[in-house]
Amino acid sequence: MTPFTYLRATDASEAVRLGAGAGTAFLGGGTNLVDLLRETVARPERLVDVSGLPATIEETEAGGLMIGAAVRNTALAEHRAVRTRYPMLARAILAGASAQIRNMATVGGNLTQRTRCTYFYDTDGSRCNKRLPGSGCDAREGFNRIHAVLGASEACVATHPSDMCVALAALDALVHVTGPAGARSIAFGDLHRLPGDAPDRDTTLAHGELIQAVELPPLACGATSTYRKVRDRASYAFALVSVAAALALDGDRIADVRIAFGGVAHKPWRATKAEAALRGAEATQQAFLDAAALEFEDATPLRDNAFKPALAGRTLAAVLHALASGETV
Amino acid sequence: MSLIVNGARVSAPSDPRTSLLDLLREELRLTGTKKGCNQGACGACTVLVDGERVLACLTLAVQVDGREVTTIEGLAGADALHPLQVAFIEHDGFQCGYCTPGQICSALGMAAEAARGVPSHVSADLAAEVTLSREEIQERMSGNLCRCGAHNGIIDAIRATLAAEVPA
Repeated sequence: MTPFTYLRATDASEAVRLGAGAGTAFLGGGTNLVDLLRETVARPERLVDVSGLPATIEETEAGGLMIGAAVRNTALAEHRAVRTRYPMLARAILAGASAQIRNMATVGGNLTQRTRCTYFYDTDGSRCNKRLPGSGCDAREGFNRIHAVLGASEACVATHPSDMCVALAALDALVHVTGPAGARSIAFGDLHRLPGDAPDRDTTLAHGELIQAVELPPLACGATSTYRKVRDRASYAFALVSVAAALALDGDRIADVRIAFGGVAHKPWRATKAEAALRGAEATQQAFLDAAALEFEDATPLRDNAFKPALAGRTLAAVLHALASGETV
Repeated sequence: MSLIVNGARVSAPSDPRTSLLDLLREELRLTGTKKGCNQGACGACTVLVDGERVLACLTLAVQVDGREVTTIEGLAGADALHPLQVAFIEHDGFQCGYCTPGQICSALGMAAEAARGVPSHVSADLAAEVTLSREEIQERMSGNLCRCGAHNGIIDAIRATLAAEVPA
């Protein structure tokens, strides 16, 4: 690690004041940032520890939940209202990392974690436009089994690693931030970026902007939702593809549906095309597969990940079938 | 800045780059906690902070200011091993032993999580009470790797000690 100064913030306004300078980074649970520091991928001059900021989960007047950014992943997954009203969120969190890491990781940190592309971490041996803009991308022609098939660019084919964020994308969460220029709220779909020609920027947050809370709006069909993750081993591995979905039926027809994919793009991928195709349609296996095919029609697979569109489609069909049948796992 | 390690108050390091793992091993000479991957992938450095299992390699020591850390050295009594340590011996829960301190600390944290109802990836009903079946223990302990392949003995030891009332 390169040397840094460590400061602890006791509230958001102090964090924003301390975090304003160049070379400053916010520290949550450290499960990603400490690793990035050790690999010298991240070289901040100053760390502002925000892991001690408010960690409450409260009901909103609208009937949703307001989740403090310092809430630990385990605390969010075990919260009674999350388990019953937003099971896809509890299941997404429980599918991620290990129990030890979930005990440490914060909500705000989960949203701002970096990709797990191995070339991004290989400071000595690999070119990476996300780590060093303009240096090139060794993943595009390299071992790219875990990489993106949607929304990638010539500069970057990395995926977003979070499971929790896939559920938050499907749930239309709102991200409340505060910073040197004041407070604002960001629709979850606008928080993470596609790489374009600036893959070093993962999010639309300005420097010094701090995530304070994540708001879940109420969702009538939220209780009929789940998350399924496909990976190379049964536990403690990042997703090859994952699906967060909620479903409401009106007889045989789909009254409402929410779908987001993980492991396929630089950001959690809200499947708006598939959702539009399914709303009002009959809930059949063929309709599910057709909707997925539509979502992935512009997919651009790489050498090692051409299986992803078909795997994502079959996973979506299995999840929607399970939800339509009243199964939850 | 100070923290409590196995009941004794110790000073936090002056260099904020020091991980909790390096503080324990290099400065306090508590070498029971092991450094496996040093990047959060193996679980060998698992310790309890205020009773919660965490990875010491990904924890900056300055972040646990004022908190209580329990390592494998803090589990045994003056005259007797912790019952889970005894069970690891009885059930062949290790061969080389390198992952064992992390496995044992992790299992104790896991039992506390299960007791307060934290569900897991394999829990069919998210709202139900937790029964520590073999499958549940496998999933909940997946953050602790054993390169000797002693996992079956590890699960047997945990079941015998922390989930004794559960049928096989």
